[in-house]
Amino acid sequence: MTRKRRRLVLIGGGLGVLAIAVALMLNAFRDSIVFFNSASDVVEKHIAPGTRIRLGGLIKTGSLVRADNLKIRFDVTDGSREIAVAYQGILPDLFREGQGVVAEGALDGSGVFNADTILAKHDETYMPKEVADALKKSGHWKDDYGQPAVMPAGGGAK
Amino acid sequence: MIAELGHYALMLALGLALIQGTMPIIGTRSSDPVLTSMAVPTALAQFAFVAVAFAALAACYVTSDFSVFNVYENSNSAMPLMYRLTSIWGNHEGSMMLWVFILAFFGALVAAFGGNLPAKLKANALAVQAWIAAAFDLFILTTSNPFLRIADAPFEGRDLNPVLQDPGLAFHPPMLYLGYVGFSIAFSFAIAALIEGRIDAAWARWVRPWVLGAWMCLTLGIAGGSYWAYYELGWGGFWFWDPVENASLMPWLAGTALLHSAVVMEKRGALKVWTILLAILAFSLSLIGTFLVRSGVLTSVHTFANDPRRGIFILAILVAFIGGALALYAWRAPLLKQGGLFAPISREGALVLNNLFLTSACATVFIGTLYPLALEALTGEKISVGPPFFNATFGPLFVPLLLAMPFGPLLGWKRGDLLGAAQRLLAAAMLAAAAIAAGFALQRGGPVLAPFGVGLAIFVMAGAIVDIAERTMILRVPVSAALRRAVGLPRSAWGTAFAHFGIGVTLLGIVAVTVWGSERIAALKPGETIDIAHYRLTFDGLFNRPGPNYRDVVGHFTVRRSSGDLIGAMEPSRRTFPARNMATTEAALMTRGTSQLYLSLGDPNPDGTVPVRLYFKPKVLMIWLGALIMFVGGGLSLSDRRLRIGAPRPAQSKTALGARSAAHLHAQHRG
Repeated sequence: MTRKRRRLVLIGGGLGVLAIAVALMLNAFRDSIVFFNSASDVVEKHIAPGTRIRLGGLIKTGSLVRADNLKIRFDVTDGSREIAVAYQGILPDLFREGQGVVAEGALDGSGVFNADTILAKHDETYMPKEVADALKKSGHWKDDYGQPAVMPAGGGAK
Repeated sequence: MIAELGHYALMLALGLALIQGTMPIIGTRSSDPVLTSMAVPTALAQFAFVAVAFAALAACYVTSDFSVFNVYENSNSAMPLMYRLTSIWGNHEGSMMLWVFILAFFGALVAAFGGNLPAKLKANALAVQAWIAAAFDLFILTTSNPFLRIADAPFEGRDLNPVLQDPGLAFHPPMLYLGYVGFSIAFSFAIAALIEGRIDAAWARWVRPWVLGAWMCLTLGIAGGSYWAYYELGWGGFWFWDPVENASLMPWLAGTALLHSAVVMEKRGALKVWTILLAILAFSLSLIGTFLVRSGVLTSVHTFANDPRRGIFILAILVAFIGGALALYAWRAPLLKQGGLFAPISREGALVLNNLFLTSACATVFIGTLYPLALEALTGEKISVGPPFFNATFGPLFVPLLLAMPFGPLLGWKRGDLLGAAQRLLAAAMLAAAAIAAGFALQRGGPVLAPFGVGLAIFVMAGAIVDIAERTMILRVPVSAALRRAVGLPRSAWGTAFAHFGIGVTLLGIVAVTVWGSERIAALKPGETIDIAHYRLTFDGLFNRPGPNYRDVVGHFTVRRSSGDLIGAMEPSRRTFPARNMATTEAALMTRGTSQLYLSLGDPNPDGTVPVRLYFKPKVLMIWLGALIMFVGGGLSLSDRRLRIGAPRPAQSKTALGARSAAHLHAQHRG
């Protein structure tokens, strides 16, 4: 093989692998991106049942109901709208009414949000950034919500 | 007083770094040996002063000097000594101090042990190191000073974030930083080569030990962080594709590619320009990792505090170093002479393939990690790119890489025999096929891909063994002769086999735990039992246990086999830290071979039941065991005679550099 042909094979191989990577990424971007929404967004954007989203806001005080088998229900609010959330499993440390929360899952046909992952804070002063922005947008932000440290909890996507 | 001493020492270190960054460059440009030789003493002195600063900060932590704001914020006199020491880097300011400390340490190592380096290359590389050091010293002094005082010293500190009060903190950040910062040496040598406009195979030989060492530390650092997250976060995941984890994975991927391309450059003189680019990229990705984690653009456990000035400063460092390096590369790289022809099917070709897949995989991680940030900055839309994205992109790119991996070491340099390599791998392939068949026979209703995953892991492991078997000719010559050959093999050959074997072990663990792991969630009253796999756990009740700076509510569980044999007890707990009013979940782990039972508690319910989450994690320890084997492989390679003494092979001894090193080798042999 000449030097030129060898170089062509190299460049061709490189472009081939790159093309595969790009194709994989475009495909994955279509299927696996999860959008963040506040309760108002969910109502206003008419998000279809079954679409995976992240729902963020405050856990409405007085809305938390515990049932058998670690099933819980609570309402997530951004001050204007509320969405009922159902979850089964162990709640993260410091999951409390009146605190910020981010839940990942999908709406069912009856408008209840079935969460399979609950992200909550690991520090008294922490407020998830997305939740803070959503609250600021809806005008319900209080300045004593601070920042540092979040961690995922709850079973991963099933 | 001690804090002020540390502060002052850091300023002096900055001054020394500025001298170290300018004088040697002027010296090499104007061929002034005095200015050139300034690189070594300034590098050593700079390290001494950074060490003084770091020691001063350590002293403040050990003596619990709460008049220092950083100590007050992150320590507590009730914490054990080990956590008072590790809290030095359990916060933003201190972790940046650790960064510059390690950076200066590596610079000093090059200065002290780089005796066989050409004077110009060494002086320029140390100068580039000094620029990085100066940038980060300045960053600490202007935006993240750990030595700030409080006028009225408080009586007690605010305690370290409880999640960080763990032995993992003693291990994970220093190892990770040794890896990140270790790549700075390769970066500095690459820039120095570009400044000089010349590079040869010996360059790769000097740089490879540094890359190898950094890669080993990064491997262990990532694995350690993964194990820490696994047992600390209470839900048993070992990798979350969290942006912060990705930030450490990207330099690892680029570093792994660099490691392999440097082999080609060292042995065959080819891929010079590409290797230089990878050296720049590996450290650039380390810098990007630091930026992602430290600037506050991402919220995670690793984000200690948000201060926009810091983000902008780090971004400026990032742009200056990455942009500058790439611009220099674009300008000077065409000057570097290419060499070493090879056929596509050859050892070089296999290593190029390895590089293609590793860098592509790295690119997908890069895009998946940064795309949400870019999208939010541009459109305000908030998205999260989670595990499904990475599984769908990273996974398919890694499969062909792993399939090709056993072939690489069996192919000859320059022109390889693919058919011959395939024949020699026949045993490995048959073993893998048997594993796949067994997987399908034993599996009930699991994913179809699972047996193939196991088969791939077996193929990779068996491939590494075949490599060694071929080299020692174990099946063709008497055992004693094979043993002699085994001892005589270059250590780097053993290193390759170990590292490749380790990848297979890790893969096997990942497949097993992902596919055959099981999970139970229940709310238990004392006396009730819960079953998982072939184990039965009985909940005996809760009790309180005080700790030095926390309280534990412990659940006691008796573990039996399903047949009734008693195995032992597990005691998961909920740990409350009064100083911060925070609680953490302390999971209990029971190791059975390489598998683990994993048990964590939730907050007790009002009706007296306790929520528990129980996992069976089959072969989970293999994930980290594999990383350990990779580390050992790296160590074996590092101890290879040829890297230790840095002697070039005769083929290169015609160059001036080669002659120097050959003379050096001679001197060593006589001495």
